[in-house]
Amino acid sequence: MNHGVNGVALTVFVLFFLAVTVMGFMAAKWRRAENADNLDEWGLGGRSFGTWITWFLLGGDLYTAYTFVAVPAAVYAGGAAGFFAVPYTILCYPLVFTFLPRLWSVAHRHGYVTSSDFVRGRFGSKGLSLALALTGILATMPYIALQLVGIQAVLDVMGVGGGSNWFMKDLPLLIAFGVLAAYTYSSGLRAPALIAFVKDALIYIVIAVAIIYIPLRLGGFHEIFAKAGEAFSTKNPATGKPRGALVSGPDAQWAYATLALGSAMALFLYPHSVTAVLSSKNRNVIRRNTTILPLYSLMLGLLAMLGFMAVAAGIKVKNGQLAIPQLFDDMFPDWFTGVAFAAIGIGALVPAAIMSIAAANLFTRNIYKDFLRKDATPEHEAKVSKLASLLVKVGALVFVLTMDKTVAINFQLLGGIWILQTVPALVGGLFTRWFHRRALLAGWAVGMAYGTWRAYETPSATQDHFGNTNLIPFIGEKGYIGLTAFALNVAAVIVLTLVLKAVKAPDGRDETRPSDYTADAGDPDVAVELPPATAGAPGGH
Amino acid sequence: MSEPPSEDRRRPVVTLPLAVAGLCLALPFGAMLWVDSYARTTPEFIGIPFFYWYQMLWVPISTALTAVAYVLVRRAERARKGGARR
Repeated sequence: MNHGVNGVALTVFVLFFLAVTVMGFMAAKWRRAENADNLDEWGLGGRSFGTWITWFLLGGDLYTAYTFVAVPAAVYAGGAAGFFAVPYTILCYPLVFTFLPRLWSVAHRHGYVTSSDFVRGRFGSKGLSLALALTGILATMPYIALQLVGIQAVLDVMGVGGGSNWFMKDLPLLIAFGVLAAYTYSSGLRAPALIAFVKDALIYIVIAVAIIYIPLRLGGFHEIFAKAGEAFSTKNPATGKPRGALVSGPDAQWAYATLALGSAMALFLYPHSVTAVLSSKNRNVIRRNTTILPLYSLMLGLLAMLGFMAVAAGIKVKNGQLAIPQLFDDMFPDWFTGVAFAAIGIGALVPAAIMSIAAANLFTRNIYKDFLRKDATPEHEAKVSKLASLLVKVGALVFVLTMDKTVAINFQLLGGIWILQTVPALVGGLFTRWFHRRALLAGWAVGMAYGTWRAYETPSATQDHFGNTNLIPFIGEKGYIGLTAFALNVAAVIVLTLVLKAVKAPDGRDETRPSDYTADAGDPDVAVELPPATAGAPGGH
Repeated sequence: MSEPPSEDRRRPVVTLPLAVAGLCLALPFGAMLWVDSYARTTPEFIGIPFFYWYQMLWVPISTALTAVAYVLVRRAERARKGGARR
């Protein structure tokens, strides 16, 4: 696959990379508040982002380089099954519409920076909040690692970093990450917010061109799907099963639907989504975003089509992740390949920055401040968070450099299952205080244990462990393990809540009031967008 | 332990517009989770099998539905605030 360095593409790639680096550092001064030494500023961009910035930020955050590479790669590998990403991103927005404005309101009234902050305030339980914070951090780390895998895939196809010496081999990746770490450290959430504009613009251009230009070269969609259908129906000589299907068959439909639903439920509970949502300046920014974010889903659908194009174009790669970069390399003129690769590369930087900030906020607020230094000042919190963001990134880097890529992918898959187990406490907590805190903790543990165990037991397409669909007990169809684990989790929470209430086990103190969940900017006691929020920062902590 | 009775809830919590908004938000679930309803290749659209273009078509449909829900909910919120606070 390595046929020397693609000089033109590399030059374009490097130019874009330099441009966003400059932007990243300049972002520190963008919309800056007078007192910038606190987590609201560094970690939430001053909670000041309007509809459009939030749109770019969330789009840049959720539709990552990995998505860009993995969704078409899944379609390339198996056809219809990989397309569940589209219903998944359709379903997540009605969900977001119903619960995230409530989280925004209560977070603004009480100065919560993370979702675990909310759980601690709502249920008066540091243990529960710690469990959720750890879940969030654990699920985020491999996700950051996967962003690096995305950059690596692009570098690989460009013929960079293929040397035999380990240092030269990984040098480009190290440079990219060093730069990322430096501007995240200095600019906080403002850096990815600003860079997201470039990232999204590039991605839209590349998709628009790809979806018109490549089919023209391959003889139209009809031809593409005819060829792809043929390729998918060819039986694998080893297993005797066809490679995939153009339409999900009767035995694959439960899996398709449960994967879409489960993933949709999990998406906005990831720490990086919550961070981006809490950085918006009022409730309606979030609601409006649920009506404009689906534009990215459309893009994702088109992107998935590229998987079929790769099949039709006869792209043969050992590692499915390289299918799309290779398709671009084969189809586009060199300079535009550079643009496309820059889109993927920058597409990795934005989410990696936001994810590391989100994980750092969780660590600072729910581990460091709650358990290690209870008297931490806002300045001190910001400092710890900045350092933690560096640590998280280094951790992800070590992950990618020392372990096999499949490890990161396995953990990311587990991460989705894990995040889904935070739904009862988080989303449930936003609507009702009926659940008992200990029941929630126990339900979480049940879901985590079952999900991890089942995933480990299940063979995936390429290895013996870490598949994501298996038989659902009592239903007898194959479905998403995360959703089954979630159902068990909820069942445990309900049963134990009834028991704990019956024995009158002490429940924690709820510091929130019903009106907190519908409060909006401009209401009394709601932290106004910074700059004015300086000295005491938002009320409540 | 249980929620104290809310002071903002002077009006019935579920009004007709809010029920419609809820329906708008629920419809995409019915459509997308019923995979069997769209698991076929025909009719094609510019060569794309039904399975794919139908799901992509639901992106703008669900967007429109969410937008309707947004307008309805915001109106209801304004009415409630106007009645209760100002």
